[in-house]
Amino acid sequence: MSGTDATDTFRQEAQELLEQLEHTLLDLEHEPGNSALIDTAFRALHTIKGSGSMFGFDAVAGFTHHVETAFDLVRKGIVAPSRALIAVALAAKDRMRLLIEHPETTDTLPGDAILRDLRAIVDAGAMPAATDESFAAAPAAAASAIPEPAAGATWRIAFQLALDAMAMGTNPLLLLDELRALGTATVVARTDAVPPLNMLAPSECHLAWDVVLTTTHPRAAIEDVFMFVIDDMTLAIELAAPAPEPPACHEPSGKETEVAPGAAPAVPPHTAAPAARHNGEPVAAEHKPAQPEQRNAKAVDSIRVPAERLDELMERVGELVIVQSRLTQIAAASHDAEVKSIAEEIERLALALRDTTMNVRTVPIVQLFGRFRRLIHDLANELGKQIELITVGEDTELDKTVIERLNDPLIHLIRNSIDHGLETPRDREAAGKPARGRITLSARHAGAEVLVTITDDGRGLDRNRIQARAEEQGLLAPGVKLSDGELFQVLFQPGFSTAREVTSLSGRGVGMDVVKRTIEGLRGKIDISSVPGTGTTMALRLPLTLAIIDGLLVRIGTGRYVLPLSAVQECVELSPDEDARPHGRNFLNIRGDLVPFLRLRELFDTATPPDRYQKVVIVVSGEFRVGLVVDQVIGNHQTVIKSLSKLHAGVRSFSGATILGDGAVALILEIGHLVALGAAQESRLKATV
Amino acid sequence: MPKTILSVDDSASIRQMVKQTLAGAGYTVLQANDGAEGLAAARATAVDLIVTDLNMPVMNGLGLIRELRKLAAYKGVPIIFLTTESDATIKQEAKAAGATGWITKPFQQDQLVAVVRKVLGA
Repeated sequence: MSGTDATDTFRQEAQELLEQLEHTLLDLEHEPGNSALIDTAFRALHTIKGSGSMFGFDAVAGFTHHVETAFDLVRKGIVAPSRALIAVALAAKDRMRLLIEHPETTDTLPGDAILRDLRAIVDAGAMPAATDESFAAAPAAAASAIPEPAAGATWRIAFQLALDAMAMGTNPLLLLDELRALGTATVVARTDAVPPLNMLAPSECHLAWDVVLTTTHPRAAIEDVFMFVIDDMTLAIELAAPAPEPPACHEPSGKETEVAPGAAPAVPPHTAAPAARHNGEPVAAEHKPAQPEQRNAKAVDSIRVPAERLDELMERVGELVIVQSRLTQIAAASHDAEVKSIAEEIERLALALRDTTMNVRTVPIVQLFGRFRRLIHDLANELGKQIELITVGEDTELDKTVIERLNDPLIHLIRNSIDHGLETPRDREAAGKPARGRITLSARHAGAEVLVTITDDGRGLDRNRIQARAEEQGLLAPGVKLSDGELFQVLFQPGFSTAREVTSLSGRGVGMDVVKRTIEGLRGKIDISSVPGTGTTMALRLPLTLAIIDGLLVRIGTGRYVLPLSAVQECVELSPDEDARPHGRNFLNIRGDLVPFLRLRELFDTATPPDRYQKVVIVVSGEFRVGLVVDQVIGNHQTVIKSLSKLHAGVRSFSGATILGDGAVALILEIGHLVALGAAQESRLKATV
Repeated sequence: MPKTILSVDDSASIRQMVKQTLAGAGYTVLQANDGAEGLAAARATAVDLIVTDLNMPVMNGLGLIRELRKLAAYKGVPIIFLTTESDATIKQEAKAAGATGWITKPFQQDQLVAVVRKVLGA
């Protein structure tokens, strides 16, 4: 692994740890007594510090050290995880992120301010003796995660030096002597790695040693013995038997393993303080003995793969599916039974491969929802609102790309909900609602789509005000009657804003149009529904994946087109009666419902004469259905989506293109746009009736 | 017989301090001005330990360590480098060249003695 790779790995690891830290802190705010949460926060800090110093992020390591120290005191029950402490810790977390993302940052003032606040809180919540000592320690004297037993302990030390250690001037005998000097030691040499004599280079160090050491010295003293060689050796220091603890501790012998090549953990500088307090101080009762810690208790059975590699895989699978459909087509025309059976087999495998690959790319949406907890927490504080966040369907999986691109739009929508939707606690109580507002984020699968909704129980949208404002701004013709769904779409028009005052959060009239564009860029749709006084729901429908869809292949004139199968409801024949109806009255009667239809031949200016029996494909988008009249319904088609060139960015009726088995190109119809055309036709008709 | 330590540093004040400290601890101390002088001194007299600066004119500490490790007599002889650099990459480079340990300047006198005792065992 090259240096930069390792740094990248650290950055990535640190990002995840910081996210975990944030969640843990937010959870801790609600459950201050949860010691598992405190431990998790502490461990995240400890790891960030440890690997930070290892990868040269000294500023991060130094800064994190202080936060870690504070949480060590929390862990020991000396400092309470108060709201104030959590707020500072969150600020500290942001600072760490900045230091990791921009290691060149030299302005230490903000960090110092955070540490000052932290120290003030810790001092207020703890015995001065304990904190003074802990904070006076230099960051370089890195603290260990493991509190040392006060009365000495037995350690199991296993080490093996680098092969060239002796050539570099290190004398293993001296190291063993130093270990012996720390206490009572039993040393056993392991000779299993020593090669046969004829292959043995005398200057190489093939021996390994197991030492059982009983000492009153802390773990750091043991590590100090190896200070010059610790980076290049294997060293495991395990607590074999803790010192006799007060009888309250019934745990079996705690087992702690830390393999620390270069992480340089050392003694926590505050060890002395809590230990000293064991003697009769009332606080001593709160000091818990070290919990046995099982590192990596729930090891995740997974590997990390760069996202580009997955994209590449998806691309290949896409090409395979295209070639496979060609093969299927050729096999269908062939009379060779063997070719047919191979083509079938390959089709089955290609589709299974496609599904697996798409599955690999999906991640649970909890990753995304988790990020918003902080946002909501901060906004609630800033706006003086009380907000409860409820998440539903966090396990719902979505394509990673979709999840990433959803981040900004969702932030915007949530901000809007909190800023405009939710009322202040006083207004809410006046309206007979609980003071605490509620934001619900939910995700669920709906066919080939994922439905993500953001619901607030706020004041709801003011229909009249929106309509008036839209007319004022010339976005709507005066007096037009629109359904809620239609009217609320005006919110997504560029420049639309009803906000009288611009707050720091929203109401600047930018953003909602960007939100809509982003969602549409993901081949998704967004709808708003609202009940005055009860709340607003914003519903995002998103395709499961961006790469391959099940499509319905149709023919119009000589051209072939693909409809996303997920949008297709049914196919019917266009009866001669309905066909003969005058234009402007294009409606089908589908089991008693009137469904508008569009003649795609007309829309696409098709010159060839129509087929005798026209077919109608009924597609649905949101709350609307529309029939699309085509010449022929060819059948299902595995559609590998290729986006249109920038030149065609303005094309609205097509969302992309695909390559058919015979090498021809078929355009993919943009159902949302076609349905909107149909809906417009319907409202025109209603207006004339 | 007291062990012999070679101190290599271009700063006379540091050399003096190293000499005082180590002589005070009972060692015989030789001195050299830069890496090239140090190499010559080490060739002339078999020393038990070398304490060298990193940044020096003529031949720097890294060069000295590399040259010393080429000599059969100095394979396995501890070499400590004394440096103001706490940068991990420099440390790594020095270790790759064959350094046994390091002391970061500014250092305490007893710290120097402790490190010397650690690698010499006496």
